[in-house]
Amino acid sequence: MMLNRRQFLSVAGLGGVGAVAATGLVAAQPAQVSTNARIVIIGAGAAGTALANVLLRRLDGAQITVIEPRRDHIYQPGLTLIAAGLRPPDYVMSRTTDWLPSGISLVEAAVAAVDPETKTVETTTNETIAYDFLVVAPGLVLDHDAIDGFSLDLVGREGIGALYAGPDAAAKTWQAASHFAETGGIGLFTRPATAMKCGGAPMKHAFLIDDIARRAGNATRTQIRYASHNDTLFGVPIIAERVRMLFEDRGIDALYSHVLKAVDAGRRMATFATPDGDREIRYDYLHVVPPQRAPDFVPQSGLSWTDRWVGQGWVEVDRETLRHRRYPAIFALGDVAGVPKGKTAASVKWQVPVVVDHLVSAIVGQEGSARYNGYTSCPLTTRIGRAMLIEFDYDNNLTPSFPGIIAPLEELWVSWLIKEVAVKATYQAMLRGRT
Amino acid sequence: MTDISTGVVFALLEEVFGRGLFWLMFVGTISIAAAYLYVLVRDRAVSWRKFLLSQLSMPIGAVVAIVFILSVTHSTFADIGGAIDVIFVMGFAVAGAIGMAILVYTGQSLIWRRRLHRRANPA
Repeated sequence: MMLNRRQFLSVAGLGGVGAVAATGLVAAQPAQVSTNARIVIIGAGAAGTALANVLLRRLDGAQITVIEPRRDHIYQPGLTLIAAGLRPPDYVMSRTTDWLPSGISLVEAAVAAVDPETKTVETTTNETIAYDFLVVAPGLVLDHDAIDGFSLDLVGREGIGALYAGPDAAAKTWQAASHFAETGGIGLFTRPATAMKCGGAPMKHAFLIDDIARRAGNATRTQIRYASHNDTLFGVPIIAERVRMLFEDRGIDALYSHVLKAVDAGRRMATFATPDGDREIRYDYLHVVPPQRAPDFVPQSGLSWTDRWVGQGWVEVDRETLRHRRYPAIFALGDVAGVPKGKTAASVKWQVPVVVDHLVSAIVGQEGSARYNGYTSCPLTTRIGRAMLIEFDYDNNLTPSFPGIIAPLEELWVSWLIKEVAVKATYQAMLRGRT
Repeated sequence: MTDISTGVVFALLEEVFGRGLFWLMFVGTISIAAAYLYVLVRDRAVSWRKFLLSQLSMPIGAVVAIVFILSVTHSTFADIGGAIDVIFVMGFAVAGAIGMAILVYTGQSLIWRRRLHRRANPA
């Protein structure tokens, strides 16, 4: 028997865990399916790890292989907290093997190619792995080289930050951002024109650094400018309007249709492509979010969309089943999936059960019925101590988890509390396949 | 996660506090609650003297709970932004107050009784 969120809150309100335990409710576990299917999962990030753990419980006898070259696992939702000085870099660090179950095979290599016709994966260590089902979840590539004059060794120096690049870069970003917050000047915050992971993160960084500068007494000496790649601040209209109002309230200057293309660190000038041609803007602090794309093996293996997100390489999947539109034995999960929304860990949490349903159904010769509706969640921190718990779907509908209780467009401490306390716990439980 | 089961609730709480600490706290909470029920049944009456002291300790429990949750979340009272925030803060305060009251009452009942027992029956 299961509780939905409202029932959960009601029970929790009656006395917390003790009351929940007292109800004697136990989660119904679906029956295990016996199979000797060979399942290969490319990537042991949030998506690949969660899937491996769930599949190992659902399937009896399956040969599950995870291919992942990185030994470190990074809790990426925590990077914005590191870049605001609220958490140390090790807050997001763990080992890949900490989360993977013992019943799977881990191949510590990168993928060189996928042959969807012969159903094989070739690794960079020249290992060829055959599969019956393949799940592509390698994450995405941050294309820092696409911005002229920028390199990661600039981060933390010359007033440059780039929090997406990992915990060390996020810590260096905080060095540069905190110096800016103490001294004032122009803070320039960017986002790329490509699809990107967690579209709210660049905004969170802008809001938090603005707040930190205000707390340092530098509100009058600081100008925050946020450069959006198109004519809106957020892809969901109702949220875009709310962010516009918050920007107005904080005095944040919104620059529309400005895409960062070059940095001159010596002169502290950033060049943007705009509809009216290139434009140089001076900065004292610049936050760079580079263009993002799929790993090279995805388009090179013929798995990408060819008529959508051209040049970005996202996997051509059905947006509701996450199954490849041309190769039914292939699924994609997480950042690399070519769907309109969903490059967040919260999306992964809802995508994994869909792929499990269709994959397990295919093993027993049936059609799955689960559908992914594009759910994405973003606790949009608007200052230290407050956030908006915004959740939405493919159709730009707000999909609040706590309707009537936690207002999605209101700056609330309880939403910040969720970001601070519950998000990492939920993430880790998801990795273990327990949510 | 479209639904929240008991297992999910426990899984989340294990992740928040760490598995060892969570179960230690869980066992501790259950033990104190059981001890509280034990002294009520044993004494077959509420001691109003002990109850008064436990009531006086309630504001301390409330304040400790609020200070704790604000400090671990880098927050201050100025961050309270909506009605739901006030309700949550009050919830933490009430939980802290009740927890402290039960702890103090149970502690008095167990410790004082032992002292009285020793006085009545010196070894």
